[in-house]
Amino acid sequence: MIATPKPDLVTVNVDGKEIAVPKGTNVIEAARLVGVDVPYYCYHPKLSISGNCRMCLIEMGMPAVDPATKAPIMDPATGKQKINWIPRPQIGCATNASPGLHIRTNTPQIKDCREGVMEFLLVNHPLDCPICDQAGECKLQEQSTGYGRGYSRFIEHKNVKPKRTQLGPRVTLDDERCILCSRCIRFCKEVAKDDVLGFVDRGSYSTLTCYPGKALANNYSLNTVDICPVGALTSTDFRFKMRVWFLKQTNSIDTESSVGANTVVWSREGVIYRITPRQNDGVNDTWMPDSGRDLYKIVRANDRLAVIKVNGADASLDEAVNAAGRLLQSAAGAVAVIGSGRSSVEEQFLTRKLADALGTSTQLVSRVGQGDGLLISADRNPNVRGALVTGLIKDLPTAKLTSLGAAIDAGKVKAVVVVGEDLAAAGLSATQMAKVAIVYLGTHANATSTAARVVIPTLTVFEKSGTFVNQQFRIQKYLKAVPGVAGAQDDLPVLARLVAAVGGPILAGELHALWRTLAAEIAALAPISFATLPEAGLLLDGTPYAAGPFVETESLHFNPAAKPAVTT
Amino acid sequence: MKLKPETLRRIDEVIPHYPVKRSATLPLLHLIQEDAGYISSEAVEWVAAKLELQPINVLEVVTFYPMFRQKPIGRRHIKVCRTLSCALMGGYKTCESFEKEFNTPRGEVSADGEVTIEFVECLASCGTAPVVMIDDDLHEKVDCAKAKQLSDQIKAESKKR
Amino acid sequence: MPAPQQRRIIFRHIDEPGYTNDLACYVRHGGYEMLKKAVAMAPAALIEEVKKSGLRGRGGAGFPCGVKWSLVDRKSGKPIYLVVNADESEPGTFKDRYIIHQDPHQLIEGIMISSFANNVKQAYIYIRGEMPHGARILEKAIAEARAANLVGPNILGTGYGCEIYVHRGAGAYICGEETGLIESLEGKRPYPRIKPPYFPAVLGLYQCPTIVNNVETLCHVKHIVEMGGDAYAKIGTPNNTGTRILCVSGHVQKPGYYEYEVGTITLGELLNEVCGGPLPGRKFKAVIPGGSSAKILRFGETFTLKNKDGSSRTLTVEDIPMDFDTLAACGTMGGSGGVIVMDDSVNMVEALANINAFYAHESCGQCTPCREGSLWMKKITTRMVHDHARTEDGALLKSVADQIAGRTICAFGEACSWPTQSFVAKFGDEFRAYPETKKAAKSAGTLELV
Repeated sequence: MIATPKPDLVTVNVDGKEIAVPKGTNVIEAARLVGVDVPYYCYHPKLSISGNCRMCLIEMGMPAVDPATKAPIMDPATGKQKINWIPRPQIGCATNASPGLHIRTNTPQIKDCREGVMEFLLVNHPLDCPICDQAGECKLQEQSTGYGRGYSRFIEHKNVKPKRTQLGPRVTLDDERCILCSRCIRFCKEVAKDDVLGFVDRGSYSTLTCYPGKALANNYSLNTVDICPVGALTSTDFRFKMRVWFLKQTNSIDTESSVGANTVVWSREGVIYRITPRQNDGVNDTWMPDSGRDLYKIVRANDRLAVIKVNGADASLDEAVNAAGRLLQSAAGAVAVIGSGRSSVEEQFLTRKLADALGTSTQLVSRVGQGDGLLISADRNPNVRGALVTGLIKDLPTAKLTSLGAAIDAGKVKAVVVVGEDLAAAGLSATQMAKVAIVYLGTHANATSTAARVVIPTLTVFEKSGTFVNQQFRIQKYLKAVPGVAGAQDDLPVLARLVAAVGGPILAGELHALWRTLAAEIAALAPISFATLPEAGLLLDGTPYAAGPFVETESLHFNPAAKPAVTT
Repeated sequence: MKLKPETLRRIDEVIPHYPVKRSATLPLLHLIQEDAGYISSEAVEWVAAKLELQPINVLEVVTFYPMFRQKPIGRRHIKVCRTLSCALMGGYKTCESFEKEFNTPRGEVSADGEVTIEFVECLASCGTAPVVMIDDDLHEKVDCAKAKQLSDQIKAESKKR
Repeated sequence: MPAPQQRRIIFRHIDEPGYTNDLACYVRHGGYEMLKKAVAMAPAALIEEVKKSGLRGRGGAGFPCGVKWSLVDRKSGKPIYLVVNADESEPGTFKDRYIIHQDPHQLIEGIMISSFANNVKQAYIYIRGEMPHGARILEKAIAEARAANLVGPNILGTGYGCEIYVHRGAGAYICGEETGLIESLEGKRPYPRIKPPYFPAVLGLYQCPTIVNNVETLCHVKHIVEMGGDAYAKIGTPNNTGTRILCVSGHVQKPGYYEYEVGTITLGELLNEVCGGPLPGRKFKAVIPGGSSAKILRFGETFTLKNKDGSSRTLTVEDIPMDFDTLAACGTMGGSGGVIVMDDSVNMVEALANINAFYAHESCGQCTPCREGSLWMKKITTRMVHDHARTEDGALLKSVADQIAGRTICAFGEACSWPTQSFVAKFGDEFRAYPETKKAAKSAGTLELV
């Protein structure tokens, strides 16, 4: 795939262990690489360094050289170059790897520093863990266990601060829990470019606040909750819903746009409670939009389809597949297939196979909005590029299926297979829809499912596994977080059976098996299997499509190869 | 925001003293406080707009520095130094004298709106402790007798108005 | 032996009858002659003279001024700024106030010479907000100097230009810390910057190379130009050159400011002879020799110091010469020259409570140890005085202070912990006895300090 250039490496020594790291790597990250934990609160790899929490204090030394000759000064006791240790502890987050840097994290002084900082952070902290949502993922809890003394010497009155402030529509603030690390302020300023948070007052009475009359309402506000190391900022949606240690984490992808922000879906006993970002330094760093965190609510939405229907009557899957097969074969030569940019690569491959078997081509429906320059792109379909790679489409989709409407009116199309889309929303009239026999596969009810002869309810992205190809041509996988709702069918076997039912080849309806076919048939995917696809995805070669009039503009880690298409 | 023309003129004069407009935050806040008596939220937003900042940037500054106030105070501002050298020479007694004279606890505005008495930290005149600032003027060696005398003077000036 | 005579260089005209703070008076007394001399010299030669003079910063840290200047990044292509630290805030220190009020042109001349030496085109005087008259006096003086081409675009017809603006603070001790001051000057909360990477000499004001110098330090520069670095270095003692303004406050007969060659006067001479000794019927108990953050000295304690030849000498508190190095060797510091004297009427727990209230109020709150530790110490000492005291509180105080010093972003960590560390170390008996002392003192109507 695409190789990254070799960085300039320097050797540093962490607690006696040598490691080569890229020059400039900070001590926290360098130590992590040799398995040494340097605890911290304010440091965040994707934000500027503020150095205020003082938890990452380390001892630092450099090899001794003669000031005049620059010759190394040897230590006769060890036979190695002498190390000049700085007596004053330094912060790891602002100490960058340089040749010969030595650090010590396991000395009595550093133990004492950490115990001191832990004690200080807790003197004015309410210690209300039993009612705190952060419990279980709280750095104060973790690090007081790891690095604290375990008892308190504080008998004075604690500071009193506001306990529950609505900072915005989605974020609740408890100032008493805040340790003033400033991560949220730096995030708003540096990443979200929405400078509304700040500290007022001073000293220990400093208080995080949103400017009165303004709100932390930007579409990235919940990232402040993610990066808050304590329980000060909590999600209003998730607050008091569930203890995090009961939740299962499943890797997923944000389907809002072609950015494909990497996510984690948190669920318990088949119910999803929240979605948070998953770090991918090539895609979304550690961020995701707020809007993508709400998407799990589609799983249990009222309009969710859960019953297979043939001509309006409940049916079994066998009956539905057979009915669809008969219907499509009887309309042979006059069948249209409408695929989806929201389908997975695997589903798109099978949709293409279905179209091939029916001797027709496929169209997709585009969804275009404004890109936000960060993690929502103009293309609101997550997988249009998957459709290009699988050969499902050759041309980029349009918002309206005008040619299909014309073909129906002309009597050239008698049956339509629709995967996940709504023909009405794509510009077809009720009259046009009434003229054709529709086979609909989808998750939620719409005008098309109402008009369809055969309706097969399928799974949402949270209930199945698959892959998407994002705007960078990075193929990324998502995994099944929760079982499908009763009655909904797994898309892949349904599509595979439809292909067979219309006389096409017998294809695997199981993901891993299907990937063997994908790898065999599609050159770009040849070296890949679903199981071995890395968590961070793989960049495919997008150059064959470079001239395509894609709609995306610049966003985090993405620069369009060609000038973005003008969209209306 | 109603500011005197003179204040506006001085505001426009001071901004170009700095290559970065944000630097004029403190000077503008001083000028506005001198003019209006305190920094209202309207003033915070006015300064932010004037200096092309977000209001929170200005509010952070206003609330950090004790000299900026967000509420009106008495017509006369009595600031008694609390810090060590003055305390050693009886600064606490001095402050109590003013409180008694005006029947007003420190930190509050007197009922007639005439004075606000405050304890402040070191005024950098430790050699003439205890010291008191009344408005812009420093008064040295303010023992209880001198506190009484200064209070009487304030009361007399107030009567004249 | 009588106490040595004052040597007034910086304070030569302070309190002089008939001496006014206007340009004409200053010029009559030879003012701006040194600026004329300086602009005829090469800037590098001026820096060399300052280096040779051995001048150490008078703001508190005592860092050699010439070294500070030579660390400035002159290759960045960015402008170099001079920021004058006139945010005199260290309790016990009150020297800059008199220079600014009575002899502002001396400072301006020092600024202009230093600016010329360092190719500075823009200087800012950051003055305490609590000195509104001082700010006006400086502004007037700058205007006079500008009108006389001593400040402004073309100084003395040389083509060299430098502007000075006065910038008022608003009541924050932390602005005395140079990077906090820079942040404040940039219009932000004065959170001191992390060093590395933000050393003012490289990444200072507006991320440009910046020199931050104390008022008194810059005044000395004028006199260094006058005498030459070598001659100046002969004043005072080696490595502690020039004169120092000692500000004495607290329990002495004659508090005030006194200018001496550094190290030529001992603490005992200063307090007993120059300042007239303790108040009637009182005895000296303790002295803070360099501003309230300096570690306290207890009268009666002795210090054994090593001489250069390997022998040692023992000093009492009264024996200590007021120079940077000896004070440091005695475990405290010359700091900003603020000498605060306490007599036997003072209870040390209450004095510390007063100091702790100051530092808790002034902690900016940026970094954890100082933010939480300074307030915790204040809460402990306030509780001891106003609520209940425990015999173990002294030990707890010291332990809290030990968790702050050396671990913070700026030197405020030391400033707020040194008083507690030294008070408890030297007056531990008083802290242990305080629960009992307090009961006895309740009715005695003793001095209120907190």
